[in-house]
Amino acid sequence: MNKILSIKNLKKIYHTKQGETLAVDNFSFNLLDGEFVAIVGPSGCGKSTILSILCGLEKKSDGEIKIRDNCKIGYMLQQDSLFNWRTILRNCLLGIEITEDLNDENKQHVINLLETYGLKDFINSYPQNLSGGMRQRVALIRTLATKPDILLLDEPFSALDYQSRLAVSDDVYRIIKSEHKSVIMVTHDIAEAISMADRIIVMTKRPGTIKNIYNIELTNKSTPIENRKAKEFAHYYELIWKDLDFHV
Amino acid sequence: MYSEEHKKYLKKIRINNFLVRLTQLSIIIFLLLLWQLLADFTIINTFITSSPKDIIKTLINLHNTNNLYQHIGITIYETIISFSLGTFIGFLVATILWWNRFLARVIDPYLTILNSLPKVALGPIIIIWAGANMKSIIIMALLISVIVTIITIYQGFTETDPNKIKLMQSFRANKKQIYLKLLLPSSFSNIISSLKINISMTLIGVVMGEFLVSKKGIGYLIMYGSQVFNLNLVITGIFILCVVSAIMYYIVAYIENKLLNK
Repeated sequence: MNKILSIKNLKKIYHTKQGETLAVDNFSFNLLDGEFVAIVGPSGCGKSTILSILCGLEKKSDGEIKIRDNCKIGYMLQQDSLFNWRTILRNCLLGIEITEDLNDENKQHVINLLETYGLKDFINSYPQNLSGGMRQRVALIRTLATKPDILLLDEPFSALDYQSRLAVSDDVYRIIKSEHKSVIMVTHDIAEAISMADRIIVMTKRPGTIKNIYNIELTNKSTPIENRKAKEFAHYYELIWKDLDFHV
Repeated sequence: MYSEEHKKYLKKIRINNFLVRLTQLSIIIFLLLLWQLLADFTIINTFITSSPKDIIKTLINLHNTNNLYQHIGITIYETIISFSLGTFIGFLVATILWWNRFLARVIDPYLTILNSLPKVALGPIIIIWAGANMKSIIIMALLISVIVTIITIYQGFTETDPNKIKLMQSFRANKKQIYLKLLLPSSFSNIISSLKINISMTLIGVVMGEFLVSKKGIGYLIMYGSQVFNLNLVITGIFILCVVSAIMYYIVAYIENKLLNK
């Protein structure tokens, strides 16, 4: 498969009055076409920083980032941040309004997405009337509306309660797969990572570097909820848990 | 259809609301009656305390000489002009300050000092610079309301959810887009609420201005009354002011309600 994104020796230093902090150091990896990569690591290891740099919210201190020509990046944040003065449809159109790509074709694309993924009846509703899980789905469609090739997911389910989290991760996984997107997802939830990702990057404590990379191979790989039942699941869990080396 | 229990509950709320209104009304009627009675039995000296009857007489008198509406009109006119100007300028300055963080930091201590300075102290200067006319009154009222407006609206802008700003930036929105698509709508209710504070502040400013320099207006009426020791006129003026300010406040509150529940 082809590389869609490659990161080489990425480095990020944060500057504050108190001093400087090396947040990410010597971080390299390639994302393949259609691949789902999860990054796990202890909090403060700079995993979100990597996403912020990739989508241009922050500047890198050093290193090289190569994205295949004409590839677009979409960023989905932890908070759905839906605007409660806009309808669901107009929330989803926000991105293409900003890039000034709002036309009938793109609008129809968004409407199709909403209809396909079970939000047909809510197109003209306001976010206040939706459950947390539905809001998260809307947030994903808002990101997909700009037709990105690479999706960056920053702890996309952590604001949800446990049950909706499982259900929504199934939903989101299905949407991403049927739209053929390449994904980098940041999470602190090991089980979530194993159940969704093709590859998991485990990061060290600050300064965040790569500790290990696992190719996740599960028998009868299907949806995230089903994947949790695979017999290799516990094995990967064990390995990653050890890598993270939690001390309470 | 509601259950019996729910009907009882609704009834209880209605009775409670009614009792509050009744008590409010009783207090004012009681006080007015007491005032009138004390005056009638000459326990208080109406020359310095006036009385409800005298106030009504003064009102009728003002009405008959056609002065009443002229004074009220002038005060309302001045208030509306200063209010509109204050809102517009406050909004504009708040926008500029949000746009330019550097300027906001530079100007911050000046705003704080101007805000805490009793603006009436500037009265004499304003009169000398702008002349003893309506201009001075409007500038006075403007000074009082505009600083608060700037601070309230600017605060609304800076309190915008940082996650939403991050979202806009992740779509590579420029500053203008963030302002138009996020800041304005999200601080809309804040801006409208600031109008309610603003209208009261402006009226204070106008009356203060009229105290200092004027030949017409409710402030003038009160000032003139005190100078000729006509307490009936002073208290009538205060009464009119109460009514005018209440009406203006409720108009703005009504508009706020309409706009927020569209």
